[in-house]
Amino acid sequence: MIVGSQKSIDELWEMTKDFKKVLVFGCNTCVAICHAGGEKEAETIATLLRMRAAQEGKAMEVDFTSVMRHCEPEYFEPVLEDLKKYDLILSTACGVGVNFLSDRTGNIPVYPGINTSFYGAVEAPGVFVELCAGCGNCILHLTGGICPIARCSKTLMNGPCGGTNKGKCEISKDVDCAWYLIVERMKKLGTLEKLAEVQPPRNWSTSRDGGPRRVSLEHIRAFEEQEAGKSDPAGGKK
Amino acid sequence: MKSGSNLEKVILSGQPAVTAELGPPMSADPHEVIKKANQLKGFCDAANITDCQTAVVRISSIAAAALALREGLEPVMQMTCRDRNRIAIQADLLGAAALGLKNCLCLAGDHQVFSSAGRLKGHPGAKNVYDVDTCQLVGILKKMRDEGLQEGGDKLEVAPKFFIGASWTPMGDPIDFRPMNLMKKVNAGADFIQTQGIYDIELFRAQMEKIRNMGLHERTAILGGIIVPRSAMMLKYMDSSVAGVTVPKPLIDRLNKAKEAAGDDKKKARELQEAEGLKITIELIHQVLETPGVKGVHIQAIEWESAIEGIVKAAGLYPRPTFTD
Repeated sequence: MIVGSQKSIDELWEMTKDFKKVLVFGCNTCVAICHAGGEKEAETIATLLRMRAAQEGKAMEVDFTSVMRHCEPEYFEPVLEDLKKYDLILSTACGVGVNFLSDRTGNIPVYPGINTSFYGAVEAPGVFVELCAGCGNCILHLTGGICPIARCSKTLMNGPCGGTNKGKCEISKDVDCAWYLIVERMKKLGTLEKLAEVQPPRNWSTSRDGGPRRVSLEHIRAFEEQEAGKSDPAGGKK
Repeated sequence: MKSGSNLEKVILSGQPAVTAELGPPMSADPHEVIKKANQLKGFCDAANITDCQTAVVRISSIAAAALALREGLEPVMQMTCRDRNRIAIQADLLGAAALGLKNCLCLAGDHQVFSSAGRLKGHPGAKNVYDVDTCQLVGILKKMRDEGLQEGGDKLEVAPKFFIGASWTPMGDPIDFRPMNLMKKVNAGADFIQTQGIYDIELFRAQMEKIRNMGLHERTAILGGIIVPRSAMMLKYMDSSVAGVTVPKPLIDRLNKAKEAAGDDKKKARELQEAEGLKITIELIHQVLETPGVKGVHIQAIEWESAIEGIVKAAGLYPRPTFTD
């Protein structure tokens, strides 16, 4: 899932203080699981902003609401007209949600209510860890299921650097060395020899380095266009 | 001959090679480099010019290497993967070769968080690059030199002819992977290897036995790393905090004893510890050179370049070989 973390109330206040009517808009999927931006957190942020407005003597109306997901139109389209009653939408979705909504709210600005941190998992209640970097070219079968792109602080592809210390990364005693984990895991799997091969330089164009990415499924697109054509005598062409 | 560098010639001659290290200054002043180059000249076969070690901004390795070369010291330029993508790396390699540099050591580079670990502000918020890693960087140098091709496949009119080096941490974690780690660098094209500092000679010899069984010592020239100890505190720090370095207790005890012998006299404590540290250095050099499969030593006297002359002479490694062609 996408893991987010809360912004300080000072930062949120600096962002919102000049608006009169603010909606804190929660998202109840990923960012709700990590306690950053679900309806509950949206309510808390709204309360804090109201209190701050009262303290600063500013007339600001702050409401909150939420939908299941900001990243699919079917969830927020039903409330889109309501959203447009506000001067500012403070979205506590991930950055995907903020962008997606922003493209659809006309002249109403959408600001980020949280920081989007990474793609991660729940390691323990309240602890979230980054496990994937979304590089667009998965090689986990070569590294024992442990990602050196997301989990090595140098994204090394051919083994550990000289900085591994007692199984930890050189950046911090609290960070596991991904390559230490990979080697130990592959020893257990009996596949360590796979690491002997030198991995050539990567093609990073599948990652963010190739510019904004898009996945378009031809069979779904063809079906959608056909369906549109049935109800549109013009043939569904725009 | 792959590069025609002095270091390559010494290694080919079969004599034990000696490399040292020169750290460029955090300043645009060339004199520091010139001074250090003259302290090292004649006492090593080549000197590594560090590439912003600990991620601290300094005169770049290539520029400082060009300054050292002018002084008559053969440099080993360093190239980390931290600060440049493959475009910048190759552009810099072409430039370095055009300036007459012939040795290049490929490194991952210290993470940028190190830049603020000490007293400096550094640049801990910098973005690191790591477009390629060390093995891949070695491969790029080899492809440019031997095939006359850029990494992407475009032809080079004149190929840069580097003697290609890589580092190796023989006693680093996970220790049973380290021989394979070296093998990968050798397979990628490393002509010479400089190791992390060795204090635990028994452990190093155990790792070297594995290397000999793999035949790697015949495919690359391994130069054992010697980090000159200056104080008991330094050795304790290296033992506890420097990755891949373990220091046997008797060595720390020797420096402690030297320190205690000086009583409250701080100046004397420093002198006695440095003298004992130099003795340990000479012993380590001999132990490392006696290890089968080792082709030389890489001596790092960190911010103490002036000590190299005495060390090399006391170790019986002076004069250094010279070649007429």
